[in-house]
Amino acid sequence: MQIKHKSTIGKLPAGLFVLFLFLSESVYAQEVNSVFRDDRINALITMVLFSAAVLLFTRWARQGKPLFLRKIAGLDAVEEAVGRATEMGRPVLFIPGIDDLDQIETIAGISILGRVAQITARYETPLMVPVRHPLVLAAGQEVVQQAYIYVGKGDAYDKDTVRYVAGEQFAFAATVNGYMMRERPATNIYMGAFFAESLLLAETGNAAGSIQIAGTGRPEQLPFFVAACDYTLMGEELFAASAYLSHEPVMMGGLKGQDLMKVLIVILILLGVLLTTFTTDIGVVFKSWFKAV
Amino acid sequence: MRTTAPVIAAFVTGLAMTVAFFLNEKTPFVGEISNQLLDWLIIIGGFTLLLGVVSILRVSWQSVERRKEGWIYKVALIVSLLAMAIPISRSPLFGRFEGSIYDWLFMNLQAPMMATMFATLAFYIASAAYRAFRARTPEATLLLLTAILVMFWRVPIGEAILNQLPGDFPYFINKFVMNGANTAVQRGIIIGAALGAAAMSLRIILGIERTYMGKG
Repeated sequence: MQIKHKSTIGKLPAGLFVLFLFLSESVYAQEVNSVFRDDRINALITMVLFSAAVLLFTRWARQGKPLFLRKIAGLDAVEEAVGRATEMGRPVLFIPGIDDLDQIETIAGISILGRVAQITARYETPLMVPVRHPLVLAAGQEVVQQAYIYVGKGDAYDKDTVRYVAGEQFAFAATVNGYMMRERPATNIYMGAFFAESLLLAETGNAAGSIQIAGTGRPEQLPFFVAACDYTLMGEELFAASAYLSHEPVMMGGLKGQDLMKVLIVILILLGVLLTTFTTDIGVVFKSWFKAV
Repeated sequence: MRTTAPVIAAFVTGLAMTVAFFLNEKTPFVGEISNQLLDWLIIIGGFTLLLGVVSILRVSWQSVERRKEGWIYKVALIVSLLAMAIPISRSPLFGRFEGSIYDWLFMNLQAPMMATMFATLAFYIASAAYRAFRARTPEATLLLLTAILVMFWRVPIGEAILNQLPGDFPYFINKFVMNGANTAVQRGIIIGAALGAAAMSLRIILGIERTYMGKG
C-alpha cells in the first residue's frame, strides 16, 4: 500500500508538467462572451490538484496511516507559557490580529484562541482578548465560551474576556499597550493579521517581561516579531497551528497535502530556472503558464 | 443543528465564491452572487458595530462604577465615544462636513493622537534593532553587516558615499541583497502562507476544521 502511495506522488509533478506542456498559450486568452474565465484555467488546475492532494492525505489519515509532522517550537511552548502565567498568578493576553473576520488569518487566530482558551480554562488562568472589529468580538466570545464549556468550566466563563477596545489601529495599540504595562500579563500571544502596530505591541510586551509567541502570514511584519518575541510562527505555521494543536489525524492530513504541493512548486521553480537559463522560447512559454490574472 | 447549520452555510458560501472566481463577472446571476455575498458581509458587519459599542461601554462603565485603578480614563473614553458618535446625527452643527463638531474633534484630537502613536514606532524600532543586531553568533554578525549596508544605502548621504567607492555598491546591494536574497526569502514565506491559507479554507469549506466555531 505504501509503495502505491509513493508511486502516485511521484507521478503528480510529471503529470502536471505534461498537462501544461500540451496547453497552448492561447488557452489563457479571455474570450469576451465566454461564461468561464479562460484566463484563469491555470488557477483552476492548481486548485483541483491542491484539493485532491489535501483530500487524499485526509483520507489516508482517516484510514489510520501514520503521518509525520515536524515540531513547531512556538506551538509546543503555548501550554508551557500558559502554565507560567498560572504560576505567576498573572493573566494571558491573546490578540487575534487587528483585521476583520473576512480575513483567513483572523479565522486562523480565532481557531488558535479556542485551543488557548481551553488551556487557560483548565488552569483557571485569567484570559484577556482585546479585538478591533465587532464581528471578531462575536466570534471570539463564542469560541472562548465553547472552550470553557468543553473543559467543564462553563461557569468560570466571563463575557468580558473578549472585549472590543477600539476601532482605530493606533487607538487599539495604545489601549493594549496600556493594559500590558498596568496588568503585566505573563504571556502574550499574537496570532493573526498585524500591520504597523506589530512592533508597538511586541516591544511593549517585551518591556513588560512577558513571554511572547507571535504568528502572522505577513512577511513584512515577521522581522519585528522575530526581534521582539520568544517564538514566532512564520506564514504557513500560523495556518497549521489549529490542526497541530488539535492532534487530530484528519486535520493533520490537510497539512501533508499542503506539503506535497510545496514539493511540486519547488520542482516547477527549478524547472523554470533551468528552462529560462538554457532555452529561450520554451522558458518564456513556461513562465506564461503561471501568469496570475 | 448548532454545528450543522454554520457548516452548511460555510460550504455553500465558500463554494459560491470559488465558482464565481472562475466565471465571467458579466455572466448574469452567477457573476452577481459573489458581489451580493460581499454586500451581505458589509450589512452584517454594520449591525455588529452595535455589539462593539455595547461591549466597550459595559466594560468601561463597570470600571467607573467599581472605581478601579485608572477609572477616570474610562470616563474620558465614554465621553469621547459619545462626543464622536452623537454629532453625526442631523443638526446644523452636526454631521461630518468641514467645520462640524465631528470634523473638529477628528482633526484636532483623534488625528494628532494617532500620528503620535505612529511616530513612537521609531523609538521601538531602535530598541528592537539594538537587540536583533547584536553580533553574538556568526549568523547575527552577518545580519548586522547586511543591515548596516542596506541602511547606509537607503539614506541619501550613504548612497552618495557608496557611489564614490570603486565598484558599483548601490547596484550590488539592490540586485543581490534586496532583489536577490531578501525577495527570495519573502517569496518563500508568501508561497507557504498562501498554501496554508488555501488548505485552511478548504478544511473550513468541507467542514473538517470547526475550531473557528469553538468546536473540536
